[in-house]
Amino acid sequence: MTYGVRSVTVSFGDLRALDDVTVEVAPGSIVAVVGGDGAGKTTLLRTLVREIRPDRGEATAPPKTDIGFLPASSGSWASLTVAQNLDFAGGVFGLNGEALARRRDLLLAGAGLTRAADRLASQLSGGMRRKLGFCMAIVGDPALLVLDEPSTGVDPVSRIDLWRLVSEAAAAGTAVIMSTTYLDEAERAAHLVVLDAGDILVQGPYDSVRADFPGTVTESDIQVRPEWSWRRGRQRHEYWPDGDPPTHLDVVDPDLEDIVIALSLVRRNRVGAAS
Amino acid sequence: MTAGVVVRADAVIRRFGSFTAVDTVSMHVEPGEVVGLLGANGAGKTTLIRMLLGLITTTAGDVEVLGGPPDRAHRRRLGYVPQNLGLYRDLTVSENLAFIAESFGATRPTIPDDLRRYADVLVGAMPLGAQRQAAFVAALSHQPEALLLDEPTSGVDALSRAALWDTIRAQSDHGVGVLVTTHYMQEAQQCDRLLLMSDGRLVAQGSEADIIGSTRALAVHTDDWATTFAALNDAGAPVILDGRAVRVADTGPDELQRVLDAAGIHATITPVPATIEERMLVLARAASPS
Repeated sequence: MTYGVRSVTVSFGDLRALDDVTVEVAPGSIVAVVGGDGAGKTTLLRTLVREIRPDRGEATAPPKTDIGFLPASSGSWASLTVAQNLDFAGGVFGLNGEALARRRDLLLAGAGLTRAADRLASQLSGGMRRKLGFCMAIVGDPALLVLDEPSTGVDPVSRIDLWRLVSEAAAAGTAVIMSTTYLDEAERAAHLVVLDAGDILVQGPYDSVRADFPGTVTESDIQVRPEWSWRRGRQRHEYWPDGDPPTHLDVVDPDLEDIVIALSLVRRNRVGAAS
Repeated sequence: MTAGVVVRADAVIRRFGSFTAVDTVSMHVEPGEVVGLLGANGAGKTTLIRMLLGLITTTAGDVEVLGGPPDRAHRRRLGYVPQNLGLYRDLTVSENLAFIAESFGATRPTIPDDLRRYADVLVGAMPLGAQRQAAFVAALSHQPEALLLDEPTSGVDALSRAALWDTIRAQSDHGVGVLVTTHYMQEAQQCDRLLLMSDGRLVAQGSEADIIGSTRALAVHTDDWATTFAALNDAGAPVILDGRAVRVADTGPDELQRVLDAAGIHATITPVPATIEERMLVLARAASPS
């Protein structure tokens, strides 16, 4: 069964947090929702798990007992140990006794947290705490796993480890949707969704996003058109939406960073022109 | 004074009790240069930065900032943006900038156009991208000759990140030397030169290619990524799921083929350029074999 949100609009007072957004999450795959602070990532995930009722549109998700959710806040209790946190989360999903102990040991070993089992969650590094939160979200073996920024602020090695845990879940058939501020994680997902101020800038597998990107990106050490220009190291990249750059500029193969910046500029320049 | 260097560490060691946080590290930043400092948690980045800032002393070795020791007189010629931004959340942007200008005895900076609508907004109520921009304006208000930036663009959208890098590059174009710590690999590619720390030591430096060094990576394509991923992961290989392919770092093609054969998996194995993250993954596994 495929989960997701269809034509969802959510407002908080005057703020349109999501505007007619549709995202599907298939079993055995990872959907990465990428965007900055205020893009609508958390609203999207909370609408999917039915913590927010949309103004319009609908969310399709399994019953609560079959959803694992890691919120953007820590997702664990600071004054409980790693093992106690996991036992508590397991209890919520109806696990107890031997079954719970086996599940706990398996998850802690997989996350590299076995030796930290008796440590208070407050004494974990940021990366370890997010891994604990991940274990708590998946302890009930959910059909749908929803992770809100599991990797923000986490060091690169812990991020790769988290990505391995998320990949394991998807490989075992779980439908996974996660938000992230890191474009490299979006590149690696089966399906990426770029959110900007409640709108979807682009979505699809990375290969299709690249193939379907309209226009041309050029590289130069001078600025030709400031409103379509951004820095990449010592060089400048510039976007030509109609694909008609002057011939003296070098054309580059845009990566996801270029694509997202270019599409954000299109949106901003359009909004600017309309107001 | 060492000509042409804004910060320098010379065989610097820092111990906390029996723990060596920074182990014989030598590095420098030249004027107009953007240097990226990479490493996992606990690699020693923060301890190194704190010594460069003069916030903690070295156990051995020398630190030099703009031609002298990291004392008050030299420190005031540095700009520093900490990860938590160092702004008062319950003051407005204008108030924060006035306070900082006062502390440095500098003139109040002009608020850039795109930040002006937040001039009288409490910093705590602003979007993160605007907060980060305000922290930059504050750090640049006394026209520093060197900038130390700790995770400068963490959590912001691509456009805000691009705007912040415009600011950083404008500084380096004017001769300011910049040291940036980052967890963001695309950000590392914005730098002129990279330093990689692991376990307190400086283990690689130079271009992205120098950092990656001899690390190898292979891409494995099959009809069924899930089975392939599970088999290689269970075999303890350093695997990374990449779309519908699986990447494996630091493993020879023959060894990889054996694992795939044992699992009865038909696959195409292609050498691919390794990434900085894969180098860091290999280093981390060497440091703490699980």
